[in-house]
Amino acid sequence: MDRLLYGLMALSLGGVIAVLVYILVYIFRQASGFLSLSFIFRSAAEGGVLPMVITTVYVVLVSVAISLPVGIGSAVFLAEYSDNSRLVRLLRLTIETLAGIPSIIFGLFGLLVFCRFLGFGQSIIAGAFTLSIMILPVIIRTTEESLKSVPGTYREGSLSLGATKSQSIFHVVLPSAMRGIVTSAILAIGRVVGESAPVLLTVGLNRNIPKTIFESGRTLTIHLYYLTNEAVNPDDFGIAFATAGVLVIVVMIINTLTKIVTGNLKKKQGDIS
Amino acid sequence: MNQDNIAARIMGGGKPAEHTSQPDIRGGKPDAHTSQPEVYTSSGKPAGHASPPDTRGGKADAHASKLDVRGLDLYYGDFLALKNIDFSLAPHEVIALIGPSGCGKSTFIRVLNRMNDLIPSCRISGTVMLDGEDIYGSMDVTQLRSRVGMVFQKPNPFAMSVFDNVAYGKRMQGLRDKRRLAELVESSLIKAALWDEVKDRLKKSALSLSGGQQQRLCIARSIAMEPEIILMDEPTSALDPIATGRIEELIGELKKDYSIVIVTHAMHQASRVSGRTAFFLLGELIEFGDTREVFTDPADKRTEDYISGRFG
Repeated sequence: MDRLLYGLMALSLGGVIAVLVYILVYIFRQASGFLSLSFIFRSAAEGGVLPMVITTVYVVLVSVAISLPVGIGSAVFLAEYSDNSRLVRLLRLTIETLAGIPSIIFGLFGLLVFCRFLGFGQSIIAGAFTLSIMILPVIIRTTEESLKSVPGTYREGSLSLGATKSQSIFHVVLPSAMRGIVTSAILAIGRVVGESAPVLLTVGLNRNIPKTIFESGRTLTIHLYYLTNEAVNPDDFGIAFATAGVLVIVVMIINTLTKIVTGNLKKKQGDIS
Repeated sequence: MNQDNIAARIMGGGKPAEHTSQPDIRGGKPDAHTSQPEVYTSSGKPAGHASPPDTRGGKADAHASKLDVRGLDLYYGDFLALKNIDFSLAPHEVIALIGPSGCGKSTFIRVLNRMNDLIPSCRISGTVMLDGEDIYGSMDVTQLRSRVGMVFQKPNPFAMSVFDNVAYGKRMQGLRDKRRLAELVESSLIKAALWDEVKDRLKKSALSLSGGQQQRLCIARSIAMEPEIILMDEPTSALDPIATGRIEELIGELKKDYSIVIVTHAMHQASRVSGRTAFFLLGELIEFGDTREVFTDPADKRTEDYISGRFG
């Protein structure tokens, strides 16, 4: 019986890995001949994706810059200051509901509110605001979880040394929760990089290098979508796969960075979970 | 403090028999602990304890009592967890609190630096005076906690370097001077008998130390605040016998500079480190007096039963 279970589990793990490897191999084989270092640094007119890389970076940076402080602040409030009153329970319910809403709805909301009502038009800033709202629940929840995992004895220790509550939070609790917070930020970045529907609605399709964040742009995912959907040149399909390859590489880099950053924090703080 | 309290305390002086549990009756053993003569001899001195209870009737060695608790009741919601506690602590004195689990020792010790403030349902009545000042009155709570340090049951160093742990409290109070911080950290670690073991790894994480070292680090961290009183809540219960021995030795050293209140479940520890012992049972202070007497000739039957292991 044990052997059977072991076999089944090994088989499912093997299956998952096989599928992953197949996808990766497939993407990079289709992209071969197109994917190169210069592909990343050429403009779209020359068959490259430089503007898309830049737009993606802009969108990521701006949306994280908006959502991280707001998200951490909300999480600190929920974990450290709030009681379990009805209002707080309602807040939590709202956050959980937000997390479950399909991203296209956020896109629609962003299009109406940020692009039209606030007059940003289709632009990186409108997209960043939209995506910020979308990733806030992720950041709040993971940050709150990591704050809660900081032992209460840390707070007591800090208070007993004459520190105020806010000092305890900023100097002891938050640093101890840093690994969880960094992880939440990286997860959020991953979602922003991979998101397409709300970006298409709010950032637009402009394939030039954006000069400011108030211009429209085209992220890697949108470029990919556009190329496969409306392929006009025979090369477009290959370029689409090369773009997909760049996306995969970006995601891999982000994951590796997470490991390095959290690993360093762990070493610095000693062995706490 | 309100009028009633003052009145009650003045009255209390005249009616010594009111609190049956009050241990002050065991007067006169001036030889053993000169620095800690039995406080509040109930004989005479009717109004002696009105305001700052520093007059120690008739003793030549008249220290001000460092900490003075009168008529303390503590409630968790509707539950009366501490009943009418009278307690005092002299400078350079070590007092051990003993009693079975759940008797209110830890609750009581947390009254003294207002850590119970963290529990919303907790409220107290009565007075707790530090050098004659009501700690539940206008005194700033962060100020109080830097004067009354605390060491917890489980070592709880922060996830930062050894140095930063010790410097933490003073930094939070705004001390930035690097040299003064370094001196402070060194002298605190020396006092906590930890310096020789960590002087080469001050930058290392405090969590890489052993349990006993971590607890001494926590003591050093309290010392760095230059407190007047150190509260210890079962500081050795998570440690092995050798680490425990070192902490007990350390307590003997520390009482030269500080007053110490230590909660302990180990009778031998109480008898080794303390000058006076307070026995708690079901939220009441049953007996409070000279450690030797509490252990060899307890006045209350319940104390005797507990010490001889008949319950608890």
